[in-house]
Amino acid sequence: MAQRISMAHGEGGELTHELIKNVFMKYFHNQTHARLDAAILPWNSNEIVMTTDSYVVKPIFFPGGDIGKLAITGTVNDLAVSGAKPVAITAGFIIEEGFSIRDLKEIVKSMALEAEHAGVQIIAGDTKVVERGSADGVFINTTGIGQLFEQRLEPDAITEGDTVIISGPVGEHGVAIMSARKELGLITDMTSDCASLHHFIEEVVTNVKGVRVMRDPTRGGLATTLVELCEDFRFDLELEESWIPVPDAVHGACDILGFDPLYLANEGKVVFIVEAEQAKKMMEVIKSHPLGASAQVIGRVKSCDNASGKLYLKTPIGTTRRLFRLSGMLLPRIC
Amino acid sequence: MNKLDLFSDHHLVRQSLAAVIEIAEAFKLEKGRMPVLMEVCGSHTMAFARSGIKQRLMDHVKLIAGPGCPVCVTDQKSIDAMIQLADEPDTILCTFGDMMRVPGSASTLMKAKTEGKDIRVVYSPLESVKIAQQHPDKEVIFLGIGFETTIPILALAIREAEKMELHNFTIWMTTKLVEPVLRELLDAGEVKVDGFLLPGHVSVVLGKTSYDFLMKEYQVPGVISGFEPVQLLTGMYKLIDLLHNQKVDILNDYTHVVKEHGNAVARELLHTYFEFGDEAWRGMNVIPKSGLVLKDQYARFDAKKKFNVAVKEPRKVKCRCGEIIRGLINPEECVLFNKGCTPVHPIGPCMVSSEGTCAAHYQYMREE
Ligand code: SF4
Ligand code: SF4
Repeated sequence: MAQRISMAHGEGGELTHELIKNVFMKYFHNQTHARLDAAILPWNSNEIVMTTDSYVVKPIFFPGGDIGKLAITGTVNDLAVSGAKPVAITAGFIIEEGFSIRDLKEIVKSMALEAEHAGVQIIAGDTKVVERGSADGVFINTTGIGQLFEQRLEPDAITEGDTVIISGPVGEHGVAIMSARKELGLITDMTSDCASLHHFIEEVVTNVKGVRVMRDPTRGGLATTLVELCEDFRFDLELEESWIPVPDAVHGACDILGFDPLYLANEGKVVFIVEAEQAKKMMEVIKSHPLGASAQVIGRVKSCDNASGKLYLKTPIGTTRRLFRLSGMLLPRIC
Repeated sequence: MNKLDLFSDHHLVRQSLAAVIEIAEAFKLEKGRMPVLMEVCGSHTMAFARSGIKQRLMDHVKLIAGPGCPVCVTDQKSIDAMIQLADEPDTILCTFGDMMRVPGSASTLMKAKTEGKDIRVVYSPLESVKIAQQHPDKEVIFLGIGFETTIPILALAIREAEKMELHNFTIWMTTKLVEPVLRELLDAGEVKVDGFLLPGHVSVVLGKTSYDFLMKEYQVPGVISGFEPVQLLTGMYKLIDLLHNQKVDILNDYTHVVKEHGNAVARELLHTYFEFGDEAWRGMNVIPKSGLVLKDQYARFDAKKKFNVAVKEPRKVKCRCGEIIRGLINPEECVLFNKGCTPVHPIGPCMVSSEGTCAAHYQYMREE
């Protein structure tokens, strides 16, 4: 087999076949679904949840993961925070001519491994090869299909006093990616928090009532994610800055680079908004799971009626300021 | 508790805040007005806004942001020239990220990049030396903006290029020095300040004694301060305390990094490669000997000598960055603030730079 991707790998002929057989099928091995051009799935349509996302992370391999793992966890988590159990994923690859097949195998292997951990099947895929220079190594698009959990979310029931919980410290993925680029002269051994969250989320959601809504604070970080949530569901939220867990390495990196940890990407965290009475129970359940061991209550819903969808941050000195979407700061492209 | 926690610790911060308010009130009682402090450093400006200290102290201390952001103080003509540099054939332009979206008269580096110019964001000038080594067929130009903090790294880059015997690496020097601009501000007398909060990073290189001129020649006190909320507050406290007791002194409140005479190795590096040169500052004309330029014997690394870019007089805009960096107005006083000018569509550098005063107000002090 060839060592590197050539334009011919994308032509649909023998080499494409070889690539599919030796790389994709070898690791994704799905006999039942991958025989037709499209996969036939067995459910009732009102239970189905679907999402899609493309991954263009640079560098492709970083401490704690790689683009393949990210492509699976990202899609799994999008489904999970929408209240669904991920069932099947499709994967589309856009590969730059000259890309190493060894690296591709690494990526595909880690996708397969992550999918197995997550208990989802990779059921269909696509490969395109583009000329050298028209892509950056490899891009992956994943589409995921999931089935709603029995326990439904209740975003419309959000009320004043509802509690905001984050499952762990923020900014790790962002800093891991930045230091993996070695461009920053940053020496940290921070690894990405990149992880599939749905087993964890399912456990939380089935054991605690009153989960209103969830999001995974990926690109744009915790602040942007919460601003969007506030706007989407029209409530005002207030965070306590000193309650938000930020690792020292993230702090340090942000100090040097002038970034704000609240705007750094996370790939293995989830924010929950939960009915106030359930918050204590919820924290117990979350903390008993390894992915939620350092969870924290970080704020509360300030108002709902006539709210205009604003996010506030109470600083340690007792002032309150408004948080906006990530704007203007030039963050390196991270996902 | 580690050091970082200590510096932003709740109770400590609140205690320090109360102390600052108390001493500021005492000052007010005596003088009938608030103490007026200028923070010179752009990172201080950001930290004041981000931590909420500025908002909280609004009625007690007047905090003015000074000319401490290297991007903001860069003259419009220089910016136009830098963007134009990207047009040179077979060049790779390397820059710090903040410069990418700074508006020139007609374009930005970002726009030039999308038009196909090879412009790369690097985090250290040393990376651009590496790029030059990897692309011997291209001219690699680094946009050298910055204060004393950054200039030693520019010197290091030149030393590297020298060692590697590179002939395709140059720096477009438009660096700035703290002392001349503070003198300019004080001499002009447009803005009245009681004391300066002096920049932490710059002082690591320069050392505490480099500010002696403030007390000796201008009788203005200053305190070198760190960046965490507690450090900012203790720095302020010490400064107002000096004012209140009518003492003129320069204090070092950032002792674990700033030494009396600074970093001799870094200064030595500066003096090996650079000499004083006249620099144009945004909104302030040319200040004599306010920057460092490459010595003649290193002219081969000087992009200004190697490339001949002729720039027209910059287009006039309503941007009031010049007044912002001289401490004369607040961003909200600019009609464009949060209207025509936002970080996504900036009119002036103060809105784009991660240390810019307008950006600080936009990001952290705006209600709508
Ligand atoms: S270089 Fe450092 S000290 Fe100078 S303005 Fe920027 S942050 Fe402040
Ligand atoms: S708001 Fe914009 S236009 Fe006005 S001074 Fe600031 S940067 Fe310039």
